Amino acid sequence: MNEYIGLTLIVLGVLFDISGCIGLVRLPDVYNRIQASTKCVVLGTTLILVGSLVMLDTLSATIKGVICILFILITSAVAAHALSRAAHRSGVPLWHQSVIDKYAEDGEAEGPVRNTGEEAPL
Amino acid sequence: MEMMTSEFLFPALIFGLLLCCAMCVYRIAQGPTAADRMVAIDILGTVVVGFVAIVMVLTGKAYLLDVALVWALVSFVGTLALAKYLVGKRLNE
Repeated sequence: MNEYIGLTLIVLGVLFDISGCIGLVRLPDVYNRIQASTKCVVLGTTLILVGSLVMLDTLSATIKGVICILFILITSAVAAHALSRAAHRSGVPLWHQSVIDKYAEDGEAEGPVRNTGEEAPL
Repeated sequence: MEMMTSEFLFPALIFGLLLCCAMCVYRIAQGPTAADRMVAIDILGTVVVGFVAIVMVLTGKAYLLDVALVWALVSFVGTLALAKYLVGKRLNE
């Protein structure tokens, strides 16, 4: 019984990972890529870890796995926030159909140049 | 482990995660800005943690969980250092 629950969780996790990486490839903008891929891949990896812990079913592995899951849940959000803030401050342009830019409106940064439809500069 | 799961399901799962790694590597090679590459490296680190967990289930060796934990830690520190570098400050500030 534990085996089937664990396998179901692992399959769900791999599907979430694949959808997050498709978002990483297909979306047009670094900010869109951050918000799609970080959430999906973190949920997928968490599901894979929970499934493998359910399948192993030992106490020491469960304790270490819960520590690993909490660490991933905290640090990936922090890393994604740091990356998007760094990208905004270093002037990576938004997609030309983006409608709002609250960080530039706050006046904390000079704001990236809004590109007008052509390819993003390197 | 049953015959069906060990012969069909686990290769399919490993193929799915290799597909994820390939898409991340495509974004690292292709990505128009440096920020895209850093995001892809961060996501690749998180995918590899899940990969190590699946290998742990396949082989039944529980020490691979330590590998996953250390990989997540090193990936986090590396991402923060790269983000700091991208803002334009020096790393020792």
